[in-house]
Amino acid sequence: MALEEQRLIFKHIDAPGYTRDIDCYLKHGGYEQLKKAVTMKPEDICAEVTASGVRGRGGAGFPAGVKWKFLDRKSGKPIYLICNADESEPGTFKDRQIIHKDPHQLIEGMLCSAFAIQAKLAFIYIRGEFFEGYRILEEAIEEARAKNLLGDNILGSGYSCDIIVHRGAGAYICGEETGLIESLEGNRANPRIKPPYFPAALGLYQCPTIVNNVETLCDVKHIIELGGEAFSKIGTPGNTGTRIWCVSGHVQKPGYYEFPCAALTLGQLINDVCGGLKPGRKLKAVIPGGSSSKILRADERFKGKLKDGTEFDWGIEDIPMDFDSLAAVGSMSGSGGVIIMDDSTDMVEALANINYFYAHESCGQCTPCREGVPWMRKVTARMCAGEAREEDADLLNGIADQIAGRTICAFGEAAAWPVQSFIAKFKDEFVEKAKEQASRRKEGKPAATETTLI
Amino acid sequence: MSANGTSEMITINLDGREVEVPKGMNAIEAAKLHGKEIPHYCYHPKLSIAGNCRMCLIEMGMPMRDRGTGEPVLDEQGVQKIGWGPKPVIGCATDVSPGMHLRTDSESVKEARNGVTEFLLINHPLDCPICDQAGECRLQEFSADHGRGYSRFIEDKNVKPKRTVLGPRVTLDDERCILCSRCVRFSQEVAKDDVLGFVDRGTYSTLTCYPGKELANNYSLNTVDICPVGALTSTDFRFKMRVWFLKRTNSICTESSVGANTTVWSREGKIYRITPRRNDAVNDTWMTDSGRDLFKPFESDDRLTHYTVDGVHQSPEIAAKAAAELLRAGSVAVVGSAHSTVEEQFILEEIAKKTGASVSMVKHEGEGDGILLSEDRSPNLRGALLNGLISELPKGDLTLLAAQVDSGAVKTLLVVNEDLTQLGLTEAQLGQVKIIYLGAFANAVSQVAQVVLPSLSVFEKSGSFVNQNFRLQKFAAAVPGPRGLIAELGVLAMVEALLGEGNSQAPTIAQVWERIGQTEGVFAGLAWQKIPEEGLKLEAGSLAKLNFVESKNLKLDPAALEAAQALPA
Ligand SMILES: Cc1cc2nc3c(=O)[nH]c(=O)nc-3n(C[C@H](O)[C@H](O)[C@H](O)COP(=O)(O)O)c2cc1C
Ligand code: SF4
Ligand code: SF4
Ligand code: SF4
Ligand code: FES
Repeated sequence: MALEEQRLIFKHIDAPGYTRDIDCYLKHGGYEQLKKAVTMKPEDICAEVTASGVRGRGGAGFPAGVKWKFLDRKSGKPIYLICNADESEPGTFKDRQIIHKDPHQLIEGMLCSAFAIQAKLAFIYIRGEFFEGYRILEEAIEEARAKNLLGDNILGSGYSCDIIVHRGAGAYICGEETGLIESLEGNRANPRIKPPYFPAALGLYQCPTIVNNVETLCDVKHIIELGGEAFSKIGTPGNTGTRIWCVSGHVQKPGYYEFPCAALTLGQLINDVCGGLKPGRKLKAVIPGGSSSKILRADERFKGKLKDGTEFDWGIEDIPMDFDSLAAVGSMSGSGGVIIMDDSTDMVEALANINYFYAHESCGQCTPCREGVPWMRKVTARMCAGEAREEDADLLNGIADQIAGRTICAFGEAAAWPVQSFIAKFKDEFVEKAKEQASRRKEGKPAATETTLI
Repeated sequence: MSANGTSEMITINLDGREVEVPKGMNAIEAAKLHGKEIPHYCYHPKLSIAGNCRMCLIEMGMPMRDRGTGEPVLDEQGVQKIGWGPKPVIGCATDVSPGMHLRTDSESVKEARNGVTEFLLINHPLDCPICDQAGECRLQEFSADHGRGYSRFIEDKNVKPKRTVLGPRVTLDDERCILCSRCVRFSQEVAKDDVLGFVDRGTYSTLTCYPGKELANNYSLNTVDICPVGALTSTDFRFKMRVWFLKRTNSICTESSVGANTTVWSREGKIYRITPRRNDAVNDTWMTDSGRDLFKPFESDDRLTHYTVDGVHQSPEIAAKAAAELLRAGSVAVVGSAHSTVEEQFILEEIAKKTGASVSMVKHEGEGDGILLSEDRSPNLRGALLNGLISELPKGDLTLLAAQVDSGAVKTLLVVNEDLTQLGLTEAQLGQVKIIYLGAFANAVSQVAQVVLPSLSVFEKSGSFVNQNFRLQKFAAAVPGPRGLIAELGVLAMVEALLGEGNSQAPTIAQVWERIGQTEGVFAGLAWQKIPEEGLKLEAGSLAKLNFVESKNLKLDPAALEAAQALPA
């Protein structure tokens, strides 16, 4: 039986008759939370957000309320809010839906958040390729401004805040928060070293800055509506609110599906929600949280202890879809991009594809990532081209080990984790590939079968 | 982070040893204080922190405290536990704080360096046999110290431009560039000429000049000095000489009163290049491009190479005698030089006293650049003042002297360096007097002088100068002067001796300093050996009130000095 979605953020998205203009939004109760927010004390909103337990939806899953507390308020410098709408993690496609189909929800969420942290200026850093989204946001902002929901003296509250939409500079690294800030300042999106450049203290223009994902900021609107306490009841403790799972790959019905955290298992998501695999296929592996997250092998048993001490022993289909469970099995829920692979997948080719992406996207600032990631790309490309060696699997793993944890930004991990986990889980296939190519060569056949790397 | 030790000292644990370091110093410097090298490429003590090379990864831990109570967490022995970070940190961006623990040579640190070294080498061209940097290349050195010794890389290397002309003096080999951004930061932060940057992304990142710009500023060669590899090369020095054949001599730049500390690199009497020598009180680690060329004129043909008396080549002794003879006749005027060393000026002043000569000097000024080129284009004006050779700031010309020649009050001139025809005296006036000329180059004065005493360049002799901050700095001879010439200090001392009853042997510089040390004033008690390599700050005393021409530059802030003086003691 198909599980029913429980939509919070996507409540109106794709609903018949719902349009993205402000009148429709207002008709559906839009901007009521902003009206409420500006009558509250900013610190009370912060307290609600903390109480809600909402964790960042951009990838790292850091509690938003805690992040806001890190803001350096003593410096006397202006505080900025930035919405990270760079959405470039392969496998992720939720923020774009919000922007295209319900832009006012984001604007309202942002204004509530900006008021809470007392930012007078907020930015939406939108992925450069999302030109349509950019246009839509600009339009929506003007609509809101015309109704005094944004700009000077919002709704007569005495609070003023404007939003600037900034188109991204066309690279994945622009989504890393400090790279984003550099890019917003007009520089190359070279991530900054932390310490000292923690955005909450030395962010945009060296002022205290909060960077949150599109979905996280939308959540703030609902936290105000429901109250932090009630919001925290959605999902499980530590895994609150809903998540929008972006399912892609070898399932019958790929798409985006919103559920409360831990409301369903990975198996349910694949089989009940997404209509199962293609006929006659078997599940081989899942990348559960965007291409950076570690791959899970379908025939693995996952055993261990959760944070609260309960022991678990799961097959891949038993894993609850939430932050902590996916972390407990050695991966992460990341940005919510669930990539399903069936038994038709060649793991070497899949990794070659991922490596190609990361090698192309590294900013090139720091040595391990700049040199190591393209090296891994060269190795997997060679393997696909028919020159695989049995020792390549260990070599790949060795290179990845030299990257993770040693770079300026988390891109290093993002690029190393896929390699480390592919080798950890599918080393046999990498070795097999080399053997197979050797024997094909012996038989006088071309060593490589045809592959298409994107 | 003060060299004078005024900042607060704290205790940290460096590789298991408790050591004292100034609070807030970064880990690379702190470790260095205690003899531990943390290898690094992108870090430079005089530039902002980039943290991109990742060579300086170390382990860092802090004493553990209970999150709730704030109480120290103790182990079984009652010692506070150390919470080691899960990942290594970069030493260049890790500022020490009390109780911090650092591991700079653990297995994991070594492994991290190993990894970075391997990464830097996979796409690096192994040009060492023809690379100018070989012998002073960080990548070479650290590869030997921290590398695996073999390669695991069998893929094709990246290809980048090998010969990019960035400006009139700098050529770039992009394949050797390790993208440390030192040159970029230098251009922005020190030279204030933001012309360098990277184009393309990731492993294809390539250093370039921005379109339509050139790396042409007068500090461009500093980028070559600080480039840790052979990517930025001096077009002048390129492929000329292996650095290990070169001899290094400490010198002082004579371009202006800044007195940048320099190293002169020479082989078999020939200078190949001049580079800055670090002195945080004078020039940090920089110098001008123009200052690096100052040795070249001395290789030219209009150099004076023979002592002459009435046009005839003579020995230095005979020339000195002839000079003394002329001076004895009286009515002498001396035209001194702020290019002379403290020692030469001292002897000159003695000669002036013995002959009752009046002393004048002319100023040499130009535009300052606010960095390391000051308005006063002579290295030792303050020396002349401290020596008492002059008592006020020099003027632009010598019209007073011209009048004295006309009136017959001056009959003999002892001229150091200056071309008097450019300074208000006519050739006719020169014809009315006897002239002793001391200088390195032929000019209108040397041509009519009765006695010509060729002088040596700053690269060919030893001596000292007093810079814009009243800092006494010494330099040593790097190369021999033209055959048969002795340092002018010796010749002047012979002349002085001949005027009195002393012996006429050329004294050593130390002997001259024995005399200078006996004078009253700031030099009292000083000796040649006592002048440290990094120089010695002298008291300006009442001279500080003079209206010196220098405006604010890297290490001089006249406004601040004035404000400090205005304060009641
Ligand atoms: C390489 C890299 C790329 C990232 N790309 C994005 C992105 O496209 N969108 C996003 O929201 N966060 C991205 N992040 C995470 C951001 O750095 C940041 O943590 C996030 O925007 C914070 O928002 P949150 O706390 O609401 O999740 C990326 C991080 C890294 C390391
Ligand atoms: S880890 Fe990669 S993306 Fe991040 S700063 Fe370093 S080179 Fe750039
Ligand atoms: S830069 Fe260093 S390692 Fe590279 S070729 Fe030159 S000397 Fe060799
Ligand atoms: S040219 Fe030299 S100094 Fe400049 S970035 Fe490259 S390696 Fe660093
Ligand atoms: S010296 Fe380059 S990262 Fe520290």
